[in-house]
Amino acid sequence: MKFIDEYCNVELSQRLVERIRHKSAREVRLMEFCGGHTHAILRYGIRQLLPPTVEMLSGPGCPVCVTANADLDKAIALSGLPGVILASFGDMLRIPGSYSSLQKAKAEGADIRIVYSAMDALRLARENPHRSIIFLGIGFEATAPTIAASILEAEGERIDNYYVFSIHKLCPPVIRALLQSGEVKLDGIVCPGHVSAIIGSQPYEFIAKEYGIACAVAGFEPLDILLSIDMLLAQIESGKPEVEIAYRRGVRPEGNLRAQEIMGQVFETCPATWRGIGEVPQSGLRLRQEYQRFDTEKAFYVDPGPPREARGCLCGDILRGVKWPSDCRLFGQVCTPEHPVGPCMVSSEGSCAAYYQYQSHEAALSK
Amino acid sequence: MKSTEDRILLAHGSGGRLSHELVQKSLVPSWSNPVLNRLDDAAVFKLSGRLAFTTDSYVVSPIFFPGGDIGKLSICGTVNDLAMCGAQPLYFSVALIIEEGFRLAELERIVTSIKEATEEAGVEIVTGDTKVVPRGSADKLFINTAGVGLIPEGVDISGSNARPGDKILLSGTIGEHGLAVMSQRESLEFKIPIQSDCAPLNKLVVDMLAASPEIHCLRDPTRGGLATTLNELATQSKVGMRIDEENIPLQEAVRATCELLGFDPLYVANEGKLVAILPPTDAERVLNQMRQNCYGREGAIIGEVVEQHPGRVVMRTRLGTSRLIDMLSGDLLPRIC
Repeated sequence: MKFIDEYCNVELSQRLVERIRHKSAREVRLMEFCGGHTHAILRYGIRQLLPPTVEMLSGPGCPVCVTANADLDKAIALSGLPGVILASFGDMLRIPGSYSSLQKAKAEGADIRIVYSAMDALRLARENPHRSIIFLGIGFEATAPTIAASILEAEGERIDNYYVFSIHKLCPPVIRALLQSGEVKLDGIVCPGHVSAIIGSQPYEFIAKEYGIACAVAGFEPLDILLSIDMLLAQIESGKPEVEIAYRRGVRPEGNLRAQEIMGQVFETCPATWRGIGEVPQSGLRLRQEYQRFDTEKAFYVDPGPPREARGCLCGDILRGVKWPSDCRLFGQVCTPEHPVGPCMVSSEGSCAAYYQYQSHEAALSK
Repeated sequence: MKSTEDRILLAHGSGGRLSHELVQKSLVPSWSNPVLNRLDDAAVFKLSGRLAFTTDSYVVSPIFFPGGDIGKLSICGTVNDLAMCGAQPLYFSVALIIEEGFRLAELERIVTSIKEATEEAGVEIVTGDTKVVPRGSADKLFINTAGVGLIPEGVDISGSNARPGDKILLSGTIGEHGLAVMSQRESLEFKIPIQSDCAPLNKLVVDMLAASPEIHCLRDPTRGGLATTLNELATQSKVGMRIDEENIPLQEAVRATCELLGFDPLYVANEGKLVAILPPTDAERVLNQMRQNCYGREGAIIGEVVEQHPGRVVMRTRLGTSRLIDMLSGDLLPRIC
C-alpha cells in the first residue's frame, strides 16, 4: 500500500539493521518518548533486530497515561452532571480513576459518547442544542490544534453549549523535567512524530545543547524508527549530539506554523500535573481569557473528592522510565487489560499494554 | 407498500388483530413455505441423522450498514454457526423484538433481506415470533434466530481437532464488517469505501468438504476478529499456531483505515469469512476448491499448527520478526494521537 509498504520494506530494514549493528560500539540507552513508538517497536519486533548493546526505554508519551487521577476524577464527575453529554476519545473510557472510570459512569447512566475528533463533539453540540456538550480535551501538541479549531468554529457559529475540559500536555517541558531530575541516564531520545509535525524539531534543541543528548524525530513505521536509531548512534559515536529528523515526510524544523498559530490564539501555557511526575511548569494548556466561556472550569463546578492512587501500581515510575512494566508486581497478575489497575495497561499507547500484548509470554515463545 | 409514515404500534404486539395483520401481511407471504404457512403453535417437520442446533441474537447498531442489514446478518450468522460444525443448515426460527415507533417501511426492507438471505443459503423459516416493546425499551429492532442442520456422515469438525502439522486456511480478506458498521456509528461517521462481508458460507463449506472430508476445524472469525478465533482454536485444541503476516489477505482500504484509527485488522469483526484447519496433504486441494467459490476467491494458507507454545498464536511479521497474537481484550477503541 502506498506510503505504508515503503516504510515496512524488508530489504531496506535489513540494511539499516546491519548499519546499526556495525555502528554500535558500546552500550547505549535510548528513550522512545512516544507510546506510539513503544507499540510500533514491540508490534514489529524491532527489539529482536537490535544489537544487545542498544537498550530502548519507554517514555511518558502517552497522553492518557499521564493524565492525573484528579483530572480523570473531575471528568467522571462532569459526565454525571444533569444535561451533560461528555464526548471523549475512546482511549479514556477504561482508565481507572480514583473511584470509578468513564466506562463505569456510562454504565451507570452518564451520557458519554466516543468521538474521533473535537469536530465530532462540536457536531453533537449542534445536534443537541438543549444539552451541554463537554469535550474531554486530552492529548499533546498533535491534538491541541484541532481542538483549538473547534473552539474557533463554535465561536464563529455562536454555539453556546460546547465546552472543553482542557487537560492538554506539552512534550518539551516534560522532557526537560525528566532530564533535570537526573533520575534516568540517557544517551539519546527518539522524539515524538505527530507532535513534531506541529511543533517542528527546534523545540528539542535544548536537549542536545544543554544536556548533550542525541535527538532524532521519528515516524511510526518500522523504517522510520530504525532510521532514527541509526541517526542517534551516529551522533553518539561521533560525540556530536544534535536534533535530526528521521521523519522528513511529516516534520519540518519549524513545524506547522498555521497549527501553532491557532493553538496560540486559543490556548496559553499553564502548569500541569503529570501522573508519576508531578507538577511541571509551562507543560499544560488552558483556554485564554477571550475563550473562557468554552472552559468547563469556568462553567461547571464539580467536587470529585481527593484523588487516590492504586496501591502497588508502578505506572508513575514506568512513565518516568525508571521502572519496566515487568518490575511491577501487579503486571499480568492483578493488572491485565481486562482488569487494569493503572492506565498504562489500558491505553493503546501505554507501555504495560504493549509489553503485555506483544511480549509477556516471550519466554514461552522462545522455547 | 406502506407510506413512509406508517409505524409499528404497541398494538402490533398485543396478540390481537393488528398482530395477526402484521404476521400475515408483512412476514408470512415473504418467507412462505409449507411448514410455516400452517401457522400452528410449533413447526412440525421430519429430520433424521446427526443434528446441529444453534441460536444467536442480533442487536447490531445501526441496523442498516454498507453491505447488509440486521436481517441479512441474522440469517447469515446462524447459517454460518451451523456450517462451522459441518452441518447443512435447514430450518430456522426468527423472533423479532421491535421498538414501538419503528417504521413499517424499514421493517419490510429487513423482512425482504431476510428472505433473500434464506434463499441464498437454501434454508426455510418455519417458525417465528413478534414482540413490540415500548419506545426506549429496545434500540429499533433486535432479532433472534435459531437454526437446525444435518451433519453428513463422516464429517467430524470441532475446535478441539487441530493437530500439529495442520495447515491454517483463511477464506478471504479480513476486517470489512467491523469497519463498515463502525463507519456508520453516531459520532464516528467517516466515509470509507468498505462494505460488510456478511454472507452465508454453508455452500463454501460443502465445496470444501467435497475436496476433503478431513477438515479438522472450521470457525468464522466474527467479533474479536481472526486473532481471537485463532486463540480460541489453539486453546481448545491445546496446540500452538504460527501465522505469516504477509499471507493474510487484506483490502487496501481496510489496512489504510486501520492505520488511521489505530486498529489492528486482526481484531476487527468479519461476517463472511472462515478459518479452516486441515491436514497438510489436503491443504492445496481445499484451497483450490475454496477459490472457485465466490466467498473464497481470495482464500489463502496463512499458517500452520505447531506442537510448541500450546494455546498461543505467534505471527511472523513482514520484517521477519515474530510477535505474539493475543486475544482481543475489552472493546476496540480508537486511539487519540
